[in-house]
Amino acid sequence: MTAEADADTRTGTTLISALTARARAAAHPHTPAAPCACAGTPLADRPDATVVRHAGTVAKAHAPDTDPTALALRVTTAARLPDVLLPPLTPAPAPLHDRLVTFWPYGVPVDPDDPDAAPWESAATLLALLHRAPVPAGLPPMRGPAKAARAIGRLHAALRATPDAVARAAARPVLAAWAGLPAWARAAAPMPGPAALCHGDLHLGQLVRHPAPDGPWKLIDVDDLGAGVPAWDLARPAAWYACGLLPPDEWTRFLAAYRQAGGPAVPPDGDPWRALDVPARALTVQTAALAVTKALAAGRPPDEVEQAVVDACARMPAIPPRRTPGIPD
Amino acid sequence: MQCPKCHAPMHTFNRNGVQIEQCSGCRGIFLDYGELEALTRLESQWSQPAPPPPAAPQAYPAAPAAPAWGAPHGGQHGGHGHYGHHRHKSFGHMLFSS
Repeated sequence: MTAEADADTRTGTTLISALTARARAAAHPHTPAAPCACAGTPLADRPDATVVRHAGTVAKAHAPDTDPTALALRVTTAARLPDVLLPPLTPAPAPLHDRLVTFWPYGVPVDPDDPDAAPWESAATLLALLHRAPVPAGLPPMRGPAKAARAIGRLHAALRATPDAVARAAARPVLAAWAGLPAWARAAAPMPGPAALCHGDLHLGQLVRHPAPDGPWKLIDVDDLGAGVPAWDLARPAAWYACGLLPPDEWTRFLAAYRQAGGPAVPPDGDPWRALDVPARALTVQTAALAVTKALAAGRPPDEVEQAVVDACARMPAIPPRRTPGIPD
Repeated sequence: MQCPKCHAPMHTFNRNGVQIEQCSGCRGIFLDYGELEALTRLESQWSQPAPPPPAAPQAYPAAPAAPAWGAPHGGQHGGHGHYGHHRHKSFGHMLFSS
C-alpha cells in the first residue's frame, strides 16, 4: 500500500467514526453523551458519499468537492416538497472534517434481492410531481449530464492504465456513441428548453418508504437535484428497456404511471421517444462507460448484461439522435 | 364450506374430473388452485380434437415502442431479451447503481 492510499484509508476510518458519532447525537438530541444500545450501521462508503445510520437517523457526508451553497439549496428544496422528496431532519448542512454532513430520517429501501417488487408506479408518480413543482430560485442545474461526462472521464483514465487491446476494443463503441451526443447531453453546453425540477440520478436505490416500515415511497439523494431536462429522470429505465434488460411490462407500467400523473417530460400520448432518445442514449453510454471501466479494473471481459449496453452504443452512430421537441441540436 | 359472498353452504360437483364447489344460494362457483386451468385445458381439447399447432409468435402482446439503436425486443425481431424468470445478477446491481 502506498503512503497516499494509507492516508486515505485512515481519513476514511476517522470520517466514519466521526459521522457515526454525529448520527448518534442527532438520534438522541436530549442525551447526546449517554451510552445507548442502538445499532449503528454504515449504509454506504464510496468516494462520493459516506452514509451512516443510527436508530432512526441517517447521516450523510457529501463528496469533498460539494458546493456548500448548492447543497444548502438542494436540501431546502427537499424540505419544501416533503411528499415527493424525503425531508431532511435539519435544514442546513453541517461541516465535519473536510466534508459537509446532512441528517435524514431512516426510510426502508427497495429490497435489492427482490427487484421484481420495485415500485415502478410510485417512482414514476413521484417524478411527475417533482417535474410539475416550480423550480426554486437560484437552484443550480441538474447534474445528470455532468455525471455522464464524469463516467466517460473514468473510462479514459482506466484506458490510460491498460495496454490491453481487447479492453480498448470494448471501450471504442462507447466513446464513439458519446461523441455523437448533442453538446448539452455531454455537459458541454447548458441544458436547453424550459427547465423543470429534476432529480438527476434516478435508480431503484433512490426510493425509500417513510415513515418506516410501510409509509409512502419518497425520493432520496438530492446531490444531483436541479433545473434541467425532465426526460433525463426517465432515461435510466428507458435505457434499460431499450437495451433489452428491463421487461416491456415494467417499462410500460412506469411510463403509463408517469403520464397518468401528468408528468411533463413526454407528451401525454403517442411516441415518447422523441423526448427520451437523447437522454436514454446518454444514460446507456454512461452505464456502458462505468461497466467497461469496472471490467477493465477486474481484468475480465464485460459480462452479458454489460455487453448488451455496449452493443447498444455500437448501434447508435448509424442512427442520428432524434431532435427533442422544442430543443435545438 | 360456506360461500365467501353470501355465506350459504356450497356443494361439491365433479365436472369432467375437476372438483368444483357451487353455492346453493347465489349459484357462485369456487375453484381451487389449478382447477380453472384444468377446465380450460379440457375445453380446448373438446373444441380442438386435432393436436394444436405450435404457439404462434403473435400470441405475445405487441412490445411498446423502442428506439432503433435498442436491442431487438420480443415480438418485433424474434427477440433475445436478457430478462426472464430470474434477472441477471449484473442487471440486479445496475438497477441500484448510479
